[in-house]
Amino acid sequence: MHPVEHFSLFARILHWLMAAMILAMLFIGIIMVTTVEPAYHRLVDLHRPLGISILLLAVVRLVNRWLIRVPPLPNTLPPALSLAARLSHIVLYVLMIALPLVGWGMLSAGAYPVVMWSGFVLPPILAHDPALFAVLRRLHTWLALILFGVVLVHLAAALMHGLLLRDDVLPSMTGGRGNRTADDSAS
Amino acid sequence: MMATIRETLAEKGGWLRLAAVCAAPTLLALAFALAAGWLVPGRLTPGTFMRIFGLVDGPHPGFRRNHAKGVCVKGWFEGSREAASLSRAVLFRSRSPVVGRFALAGGMPFQDDEPEKVRSLALRIMPAHGGEWRMGINDIPVFPVRNAAEFNDFLLASRPDPQTHGPDPSRMAAFLARHPETQQALALLKTRAPTSGFADDTYNSLDSFTFINGEGTTTPVRWAMVPEQAARPPAGPGVGRDYLFHDLIEALARGPLRWHLVVTVGGAGDVTADPTVAWPAGRRQVDAGTLTLVRAESEDGGPCRGITYDPLILPEGIAPSDDPIPAARSAVYARSFALRSGEPEIASAISGADIRLGEP
Repeated sequence: MHPVEHFSLFARILHWLMAAMILAMLFIGIIMVTTVEPAYHRLVDLHRPLGISILLLAVVRLVNRWLIRVPPLPNTLPPALSLAARLSHIVLYVLMIALPLVGWGMLSAGAYPVVMWSGFVLPPILAHDPALFAVLRRLHTWLALILFGVVLVHLAAALMHGLLLRDDVLPSMTGGRGNRTADDSAS
Repeated sequence: MMATIRETLAEKGGWLRLAAVCAAPTLLALAFALAAGWLVPGRLTPGTFMRIFGLVDGPHPGFRRNHAKGVCVKGWFEGSREAASLSRAVLFRSRSPVVGRFALAGGMPFQDDEPEKVRSLALRIMPAHGGEWRMGINDIPVFPVRNAAEFNDFLLASRPDPQTHGPDPSRMAAFLARHPETQQALALLKTRAPTSGFADDTYNSLDSFTFINGEGTTTPVRWAMVPEQAARPPAGPGVGRDYLFHDLIEALARGPLRWHLVVTVGGAGDVTADPTVAWPAGRRQVDAGTLTLVRAESEDGGPCRGITYDPLILPEGIAPSDDPIPAARSAVYARSFALRSGEPEIASAISGADIRLGEP
């Protein structure tokens, strides 16, 4: 058994916190836009501040990722999968930042007040423009569906590493200890 | 890598591991589809209402799906000290610009004005430093149904028959048989005496909301915009297809029009969750401020077209109650706003030329 190189504790906390927030956000979002029940406005009231929190945390996380060494992917991974892993992480970061910004911009263009909580409203980031609102509103949905798709692939890939390949990828983020790995059996 | 996977699969329980890898994302995707209502065919969504408005009123791209025929108005709202004891909303302590909209109920943007058609007033009150309030209020005493599901059934029961092009009386009779509260509400609606036009009409919130004052005390409220202009009965059927709007434009050209925001305080036992039930007469009423409207503008390029009068855009100091209708309206308006804003703009029935004709 060799020691697993973990993500820093801060990076792991950010990852799992944001995983919970993003999943909650995706479910709140899809329920919210498909309901006419009284839950609607409570979900909307939750969706806006949660989205802005994700935006702020995503920026912190991006900076953290630049500053702190990230455990490398195992060299046993085929180059195509390594590339897919790297690209999917770029897509995740882009969406974590773009989705809240599109949401904020969309509400601004629609002349909706961007209420965080009662009495605290964010300023608009775009001028009032209904046609732009319509475009951003659709974009917001499509980006959210893409994010959900990438999250599913991310989850499947993590489980593939953890359960089938049993390499260091999953424990590097869970903080757990490594399994038997190709390196171990070779040594 | 494939060798490692094959090795794992060859172990005892190896296939279970593969099943787990596939099951987790599949279950999550399934849960998402369930949350979205994709697996529940009958679920009421804002989209359902878009389809029903299309069914009842025909397709009218570019227009609001309901209250489609309207005109923009501008003015201001000046709050009164009296209301400040009930709500800490800043607009009760200041004078705020207003962009409003008078409209006829129904999704037909070119329908003819008629004395008995339901009229509405939508308002966006914008204090200088935030605390915006939007509302859409109507000149009927109560709302015909209690919630979104009933509104859906009510609209379906009133949709035109493809043969006769009129509503099918048997469908409405069947709905009413199941809904005594709608029968009572419609009986109240029948007693409504229409006024001569938009300017001398009273518009009611119908829905209940909650006022919160500086001490945190909450008060159930409903409200009405009551005209300073003396209410007159309709002079007759009216001249021209747009006579209600033309009269309004002419009245505004003559001088400002004023309404008082009369807030009714709910008493013990007054239902807030059911807009089909009127509150008893004699409840405490507060004159919460004065609305002054000074000019009309066509929706074409006008200041109200790009605004959705979402009744849940409330300032701090005003909150929703347990009335389910405002949330349903909010959700449905959001859908209507997103759809129409993405559709080509079509000239409104009340054009800029109509406004200029009405002015001296």
